[in-house]
Amino acid sequence: MYVEMKHINKNFGDFEAAKDIDFGIEQGKLVALLGPSGSGKTTILRMIAGLETQDSGDVVIEGEVVNDIPAGKRGIGFVFQNYALFRYMTVWENIAFGLRVKKTSKKEINKRVKELVQLVGLEGMEKRYPDQLSGGQRQRVAFARALAPSPQLLLLDEPFAAIDAKVRKELRDWLKKMIAKVGITSIFVTHDQDEAVEVADEIIIINEGKLEQMGTPVEIYKRPKTSFVSQFIGTSSVIDSFAGFKGFDEIKENSQVIIRPEFVEVFKSDNEKFKSLLPASEEGVITEISFRGSYLELTLEVNGVSITANRSLERRSVEIGERMHVLLYRVYLLEEDDARLYKNSLLKGVDVEAL
Amino acid sequence: MKKEIVVKEKASNQKEGKRGTKPHGLVPCLLLGVGVLFFLIMLVFPLAEVIYRSLKEGLEVYGAAIMAENTLSALKVTLIATIIAVLVNTFFGLCASWCLTKFDFRGKNILSTLIDIPFSVSPVIAGLAYLMVFGRMGWATPYVEKINEFLGTDIALVFSVPGVVLATIFVTFPFVSRELIPVMQAQGTAEEEAAVMLGAKGSTVFRKVTFPHIKWALLYGIILCAARAFGEFGAVYAVSKARGKTFTLPLEVDALYMAGSAESITQAFAVSSLLVLLSIIILVLKQIVEYRGKREL
Ligand SMILES: Nc1ncnc2c1ncn2[C@@H]1O[C@H](COP(=O)(O)OP(=O)(O)O)[C@@H](O)[C@H]1O
Ligand SMILES: [Mg+2]
Repeated sequence: MYVEMKHINKNFGDFEAAKDIDFGIEQGKLVALLGPSGSGKTTILRMIAGLETQDSGDVVIEGEVVNDIPAGKRGIGFVFQNYALFRYMTVWENIAFGLRVKKTSKKEINKRVKELVQLVGLEGMEKRYPDQLSGGQRQRVAFARALAPSPQLLLLDEPFAAIDAKVRKELRDWLKKMIAKVGITSIFVTHDQDEAVEVADEIIIINEGKLEQMGTPVEIYKRPKTSFVSQFIGTSSVIDSFAGFKGFDEIKENSQVIIRPEFVEVFKSDNEKFKSLLPASEEGVITEISFRGSYLELTLEVNGVSITANRSLERRSVEIGERMHVLLYRVYLLEEDDARLYKNSLLKGVDVEAL
Repeated sequence: MKKEIVVKEKASNQKEGKRGTKPHGLVPCLLLGVGVLFFLIMLVFPLAEVIYRSLKEGLEVYGAAIMAENTLSALKVTLIATIIAVLVNTFFGLCASWCLTKFDFRGKNILSTLIDIPFSVSPVIAGLAYLMVFGRMGWATPYVEKINEFLGTDIALVFSVPGVVLATIFVTFPFVSRELIPVMQAQGTAEEEAAVMLGAKGSTVFRKVTFPHIKWALLYGIILCAARAFGEFGAVYAVSKARGKTFTLPLEVDALYMAGSAESITQAFAVSSLLVLLSIIILVLKQIVEYRGKREL
């Protein structure tokens, strides 16, 4: 493990901002700290950086406990949430700052800054001040400035939060490419699950100061370990009293389950393809149809609960009030803090994925 | 939609404006007139009177008053007290506002309140307090004497120039920090943290990152501090009794005026004109600093 947090606790007054945080990150990985706003992501990042001190536990970098090493000596580059560029310095001076304070020779500084300006594509803007740059350009400067002293670890706090939604996606790809090119171990904080899923190799999910789950995006998406994760990741509807669905006899009455749109199949009664699955399906009425750009989102009333499903625009059109067949492939059953996957027992032997 | 509404509002405003031009114009004119009159009576006339009176007897008398031994001594004491007060308060003001805005610690609110004490305590009381502590009967006097013995010096803290300096420092204490605190607060700590992450030492962080943000506010605070320092009367009056030795310009003016003869009153005005001159210099400086500071924001 390259970076390790070992049983870290942190309180602000009597507010617990980090509770027994424990994880390890391998060298060269790009990891996302994902969680709702106020969950403690920034606090964790700042403790790794040394800008905040944990009350108990160890921060380990490259096998060395760094608890007592000051922030500036941990070999970490930090990209702040609003970039925190030095307002009274030019782009060039911003990037050169970390080299200047290390008393690097002028020649070397020039070489390195030039290299970084080229890397982030800001040639010709060296003499500008931060307030003469766009959000995306500022992010590039912040990135270059953090990389200038050649850190071993890069931490980024909500690197895209200050960027227009339009260019955000573009910058995501850019940042992912850059980090891969430089080959630096990186941790970034985000509250946006799409961002985490698209950019990160691994995701750490934080909620109320606790680590909920760590894993690859696919793992987290397919096998959420806690009820929080199953609700937080993906679009899901929580059903408080699930009962009487065919194929789910094992689930006790009035249990709480989570159903994601991709767990649901909705079809008309004369549908040939799903004919064989009719016995495993329920009947429901469409109560709402919303257009989501590339698909329709249907809300159906089934057995007294409302279920959300997606429908391709390629399929036959449907209307509100129409009776449909609703097939549940699987659901997550929530038990205290756990989420367990239950499959429709009537579909045993059916190759669901081939449908 | 929105645009239309705005346009309509404008139109109706214009109509009303036409109907009610007179009252709308009169009230501001009246207010302006009163304001200007007040300004003239309260500020300009008295100051002009000072200049007029000081020059009434001719330049020779004016020159003699300025060059009088007591005046020169008072000018010297005033400048010494002002310069030391400005230096000391700039240093402590920087420290205090840096601590209060960039760090979190216990007792922060108390410190913040303490800084403002000189604003709420009457200067005379401050001077008397010094007298109580460092005067002949004061509890600190034996210690001061011991230190003097040890160092082989003869420093007295009341009825002496050091006493005047201390009293001046006391009354001008909050000026620098009160200018700096809002600016530093608005700036936050992100840039400093960025500098620290890049390996900068505390002093480098201050010089390269914090200072450029606060330099105009600092200069402004220094100017206010200086203006208050050389104009101070009450606190200094309590600890300074020796004319020609520890008197400052305001005390000298008072002494001359109180002497009551026609000649000494003219001299009082001549010495006052020195203070007015200093004020004008400060005013111009302040204007320049404000202008430069605003332009850079
Ligand atoms: N310096 C601080 N003093 C007191 N509370 C703080 C401080 N920093 C953060 N917190 C609290 O800790 C919690 C987690 O904050 P943070 O780590 O910034 O969350 P996130 O980055 O996930 O939005 C929040 O409730 C916040 O109010
Ligand atoms: Mg945050």
